[in-house]
Amino acid sequence: MAIFCQACRFLITVEEKSEVWRSQETRVAEIKTSTFFWQKKKAPKRWLTQRVAGRKLQASSSPRGAPHLITTSLRPDHLTCSILLFSINFPTNRKHVLLGIAGKDFVILAASKAAMRGPTVLKAEDDKTRQLNKHTVMAFSGESGDTIQFAEYIQANAALYSMRNDTELSPSAVANFVRGELARSLRSRSPYTVNLLLGGIDPVSEKPHLYWVDYLASLAPLPYAAHGYAQYYCLSILDKHHNPDISLEEGLKLLGLCTDELKRRLPIDYKGVLVKVITKDGVQEIPFDNDKIVRSA
Amino acid sequence: MDKLVAQYSRPPHQNEMYSEQEQQDLTASVPPLSLKFSLPPVDNHSAFLRAMTDDHSNPSCPIKLAHGTTTLAFRFQGGIIVCTDSRATAGNWIASQTVKKVIPVSRLSRGEDKKSDKPTPGLLGTMAGGAADCQYWLRYLSQQCTLHEIRHKRRITVAAASKILANLTYAYKGYGLSMGTMLAGMTPQEGPALYYIDSDGTRLPGNLFCVGSGQTFAYGVLDAEYKYDLTEEEALNLGRRAILAAMHRDAYSGGFINLYHVKEEGWVHHGFDDMNPIFWKTKLEKGEFSNVTSAL
Repeated sequence: MAIFCQACRFLITVEEKSEVWRSQETRVAEIKTSTFFWQKKKAPKRWLTQRVAGRKLQASSSPRGAPHLITTSLRPDHLTCSILLFSINFPTNRKHVLLGIAGKDFVILAASKAAMRGPTVLKAEDDKTRQLNKHTVMAFSGESGDTIQFAEYIQANAALYSMRNDTELSPSAVANFVRGELARSLRSRSPYTVNLLLGGIDPVSEKPHLYWVDYLASLAPLPYAAHGYAQYYCLSILDKHHNPDISLEEGLKLLGLCTDELKRRLPIDYKGVLVKVITKDGVQEIPFDNDKIVRSA
Repeated sequence: MDKLVAQYSRPPHQNEMYSEQEQQDLTASVPPLSLKFSLPPVDNHSAFLRAMTDDHSNPSCPIKLAHGTTTLAFRFQGGIIVCTDSRATAGNWIASQTVKKVIPVSRLSRGEDKKSDKPTPGLLGTMAGGAADCQYWLRYLSQQCTLHEIRHKRRITVAAASKILANLTYAYKGYGLSMGTMLAGMTPQEGPALYYIDSDGTRLPGNLFCVGSGQTFAYGVLDAEYKYDLTEEEALNLGRRAILAAMHRDAYSGGFINLYHVKEEGWVHHGFDDMNPIFWKTKLEKGEFSNVTSAL
């Protein structure tokens, strides 16, 4: 059978015996890797094959194993369906910790300091944040390479905008710009697989803003947010202990509750977090006690 | 003299638990397992079962297992709190919202689920994973516990009961059992005792366990405020709140909050309450869950 890929404009052929499944809810079609091959006659297609082969390797180390094709087709079991993009079930590295807490007049962004590749920690003092302008910071995780490329692209464009127009973008403007760029890239040949948290203080209203953006370009303004496995442990804590009127001190205490829990239950050493606080006076890195020993119940 | 010193200088709690040898002796009388279940004529049973049931990779698989749960139990100064949600799911279908996931493992208390202030003697088991596996094997355990009671003229310890279950799951390892269960009970020999047993054959004693797809959310709330010296009221509220957190965030947990307290005299049921009014009460009165907007 053949599948036409809208994004790359190539025909992908799949052996007859392989199965294409699609769940109604998620619109995810899945093709078994073992019976999966690409037409190899022309050069660009070979490039695709190589690319997929690379992804296959990644997929085999992911818990689910098989690469996934995200489709927009409404005809699941027909011989052709159009594919918007292909990606792996867990394309982003969930081991990285990103946390964001907005309070009365501040936003805290915390990002884990470990730069990981496979089983190795390459760097234990990595800074996964970029300052976009005087009062907006972005924290990111995801596919290595993509993350910094994307962050610096956004950083440069935010700077370019303020130079051209002699005014700074508000956090909501930056967030919507970021979302737009991600959405655009999502429909390209090589989308950025980056998850982001964007924190800032609106220079006019002096209100804190926190945005959660994922690699599929969803944008959500939230009072507190997390990415990766940290979501599973920290959101329930934040559900219980957060309220929108907390002071910076209480906010940092809340962050402490979250990192304590991660130390207790996450089987990964993420090498502590780097904490940035955005207030109306600007962005500040706050010293945070990452050496505290947490005892399990 | 040395003997006399040795007699009085051993650690104070040494004899509170059964030794491994004693546990063996106690469980040795359990009849050998009969493997008389009909099995499919294939080489690899677990692979076959996975092929038939794994709906993540195959949404059209012929058998949908009931999965996804949040259950928790923790020891504290006043006994053990056991709390669960009540949702049963098969794939993304909510099969039931009124499942009793706490199962009394005792001849006397089997089938009791009414709210009452009078403690009922016996152990409690929780159910996570395959509902059928849990129900069937906890009932089997209950049978073995009763036989133990008759043979030895005293109630079985939690250590021994959990060992029976763990030996069983270990014997069936690779046959595709799916269960994660906690056994809680209080016996004169052990005091409050809590064990985690799963279908891999793991058996762990401990102070605090959360099991199921919502475990991480429950751990989050529980770990942040757990301490052994909790009062009874604090402990009950913390257990309830931890389950609520998981029911709120985990799509496969929800329904009613089922709360039990295991005391010296037995267990007490503290209600099977709809989560929704509790959620809105928590949100509106305490200002929690601030990401949920109540105003239009």
